[in-house]
Amino acid sequence: MSRRPYMRKVERSWWLQHPRYILYMIRELTSLFVGLYCALLAVGLVRLSQGHAAWDGFVAAFSGPLGVVFQLLCLVFTTYHSVTWFALTPKAMPLMVKGEPVPGGVIVGAHYVAWAAVSIAVLIGAGI
Amino acid sequence: MSETITLEVLRYLPETDSEPHFQRYTVPYKDEWVVLDALNHIKDHLDATLSYRWSCHMAVCGSCGMTINNEPKLSCHTFLRDYRGGVIRVEPLDHFPIERDLVIVMDSFMDKLSSVKPYLIPKQDKPLSSGEYLQTPGELNVFHQYTQCINCMLCYAACPQVGLNEDFVGPAALALAHRYNLDSRDGGKAARADVVASNEGIWECTFVGACSQVCPKCVDPAAAIQQTKISASVDWLKDLLTPGAHT
Repeated sequence: MSRRPYMRKVERSWWLQHPRYILYMIRELTSLFVGLYCALLAVGLVRLSQGHAAWDGFVAAFSGPLGVVFQLLCLVFTTYHSVTWFALTPKAMPLMVKGEPVPGGVIVGAHYVAWAAVSIAVLIGAGI
Repeated sequence: MSETITLEVLRYLPETDSEPHFQRYTVPYKDEWVVLDALNHIKDHLDATLSYRWSCHMAVCGSCGMTINNEPKLSCHTFLRDYRGGVIRVEPLDHFPIERDLVIVMDSFMDKLSSVKPYLIPKQDKPLSSGEYLQTPGELNVFHQYTQCINCMLCYAACPQVGLNEDFVGPAALALAHRYNLDSRDGGKAARADVVASNEGIWECTFVGACSQVCPKCVDPAAAIQQTKISASVDWLKDLLTPGAHT
């Protein structure tokens, strides 16, 4: 008797078929906004290097309603991306102390502490 | 009349069917029954042509992996009582060819598993007379969770990357490679690197994390793969800075 294995195709909508895949795709989408905001910062740096007028123009361009909405969207998506990444750090960076694993919550918590410390340092550096 | 529950089972008989189709069976409901018990009831009393794999009935052998209501599960570890009042849809594991009914073709998995050399490759061979390769409990703790894999392939069914790229080495095999790489008695990391650190190895993983969510033995392949990515990147950098010194 000859064999005739049947292979089911992966649908293009595979990511809609389970909530965990939808959450994964949302996380992938947030990368786009992280990248866009990085690009925005890079452009800002270039404009800053070009002098006062260039910098003022850059700030003005992103102070209008569209610019603010864009930055708010970036903030929301970047926060989602950061929070979900921090939640994954115990998997990627497990620590062993004296032969015993450090609890995941400690590793995640350390990332939030570092985030807060860097944010405070930046705010102080900016004179706010 | 005693309570019953309905199972919708994907059938595929290669002699007669051009493609799989669902078939409904109504079986007695019992609190202590798992889906595998229901399948055994069908096989024994309703339809002897139904084919599926099983062996131990206690979540040890890894034979009875199936897709149960869209979730990869061991059928011996999935109680009917969790689906009481509903219909249980039973399909073969996703991302594998169907041999017949709920039986999948696992050849690709076996090839991938053997490709990562999932066994101890001692750093230095030594004669039996010199005794065991000793290991402290702390050294064992480093990789112990990865030894719990039962090769049930639920992680392959859950991983979308496996479905999208059939060459992806996949979660269980990469987790086992990591298990041996972490073993203080092992010296085979370089021998595994060609497969593990290839495009079809760890770099095909996009950290969906589904593999770890469905693992019935809490092995966490996603963690193993991310750790291997870091380790492989460090090895690559070392080799770039001091070529040939780390092989």
